[in-house]
Amino acid sequence: MRTRQLAFTVAHRLAILAYIVFALFPLFWLLKVSVTPNDLLYSEGVRMWPSRATLEHYTFVIAHSAFPTFFKNSLIVAGSTAVTVTILASLAGYALSRFRFRAKYWIVALMLITQMFPLVMLVAPIFKMLSPLGLTNSLTGLVIVYTAFNVPFATFLMQSFFDGIPKDLEEAAMIDGATQFIAFRQIILPLTLPGIAATLGFVFTAAWSELLFALMLISGNDAATFPVGLLTFVSKFSVDFGQMMAAGILALIPACLFFLLIQRYLVQGLTAGAVKG
Amino acid sequence: MTYAAHPPATKPFRKRFADAAEPYLYSAPALILIVAVMLVPLVLGISYAFRDIQLLNPFSGGFIGLDHFRALGQDQAFFRALRNTLWWTGASVFLQFVFGLILALLLDKPFAGRGLAQALCFLPWAVPSFLAGLNWAWLFNPVIGPLPHWMYAFGILDAPNNILSDPQLAMWGPIIANVWWGIPFFAITLLAALQAIPRDLYEAASIDGAGPVQRFVSITLPFLAPTIAITILLRTVWISNFADLIVVMTNGGPADRTQIVASYIFTQAFKRLDFGYASAIALVLLVLLLVYSLLIVLLRQTLLNKD
Repeated sequence: MRTRQLAFTVAHRLAILAYIVFALFPLFWLLKVSVTPNDLLYSEGVRMWPSRATLEHYTFVIAHSAFPTFFKNSLIVAGSTAVTVTILASLAGYALSRFRFRAKYWIVALMLITQMFPLVMLVAPIFKMLSPLGLTNSLTGLVIVYTAFNVPFATFLMQSFFDGIPKDLEEAAMIDGATQFIAFRQIILPLTLPGIAATLGFVFTAAWSELLFALMLISGNDAATFPVGLLTFVSKFSVDFGQMMAAGILALIPACLFFLLIQRYLVQGLTAGAVKG
Repeated sequence: MTYAAHPPATKPFRKRFADAAEPYLYSAPALILIVAVMLVPLVLGISYAFRDIQLLNPFSGGFIGLDHFRALGQDQAFFRALRNTLWWTGASVFLQFVFGLILALLLDKPFAGRGLAQALCFLPWAVPSFLAGLNWAWLFNPVIGPLPHWMYAFGILDAPNNILSDPQLAMWGPIIANVWWGIPFFAITLLAALQAIPRDLYEAASIDGAGPVQRFVSITLPFLAPTIAITILLRTVWISNFADLIVVMTNGGPADRTQIVASYIFTQAFKRLDFGYASAIALVLLVLLLVYSLLIVLLRQTLLNKD
């Protein structure tokens, strides 16, 4: 019996290890390409680690390209989107979780249907609507578009977090004379902090990596976000893969950090509400 | 009807109105934004499907009725893209689900370093999709990536060639990249659902002599079923609309073997600049997805009512 258990434990750890290797290997390759000097890029293309490693791609990207601007723009766009979406989604998710009202099923249906839109279909109309408002080629325009796209899923996420908190808490507060909104703000919201963190992180990573609308709504380097900036490495005369991958690694850092911090809350929060739908 | 029939405790009209309006006030900001930035453009986009909209042609813009749809009925490339979409979506969702479920089950057991392992396993989700696509395209390239050589060594390939340029195998490239990228989403939601199952159920089942397989089938699966249904529904819809990886890795080629409907729309809109035709295809895709979702929701409803 004991040997069977031991064998089971070993198999379990090995399976986890195998999965970690599978998840990290492509990221390792990204890193490897970014530190390979240009003259070794193809000649040592399949080596696990180049015979000479260099940081020159990183110094070039940071010092001589528009990448710091792209980086700053992305940070502004993803940050503002995450905060706005989380506020709107908490309010809407609370309504869906705590109230019974006639339009509820229509709202849920509308939000589900928005998930099915082929986004390419929306590019031209959105461009036509935003351009007389002066919102094309501006970070504000991007934030508005990303917020709208991310609100539906974030609302479902927040709803499931609220579902996990017993109703008696705010009922008690309301018997003591608080309005529902005060009960929501002062009692329920603090309890949903893990859920809020999860939603923030989820939306941040989504907005951080969006390419299609950033490409279509922004022209010129001043308001470009980093996915668009990465493409400029391709469209030059020759593709400089080393620099591109170095920029890619730098761009991964904030998204990964954010994600590493919140993934725990994502599981915890969803557990509490259990995504029962 | 007499006046006295009203219960005396009825709240004043204003209070009742305020109570009824409250949920709408909470959801109004989100709804207004969704309607303004998604629904209105969608209606506009649907109208494009019935108009002749070509970006570089100043004489275009007139209504042409169902012409786009008639052309679509004759378009062999579209039907091929439709078949490819089924294959792409089916394989991606199935593999993501199976590996996501296995990963969730593995991570559900407490062990030292579980937090770290969980964080590392979920990391691919944070990688921007087009960067993931680029990176996998590298990995599959025999000059600069190790995968073809490994597959050759294991006898999966006859020669260390790039599978992305082999018409028979090309679709596997984006599918593998997509599976790598999408497993965490399934794993996160399924792990959350697993941890919500009351532990004493398992203990009770063990005492009654149920083996691990029996416990999985009669406790775990029924508890996970609602989550599985909703996640598979969402993922199917997302993945069939998800053209990033294909556009970056193969651009629909070789010989249209990896062209899915979403990437075909992208090609029509941004390479041929024919927004009218692109919108007509997108409308067909939207209708197909709506029908699919309705079927899943109905299926789930009947399953839930049975219990």
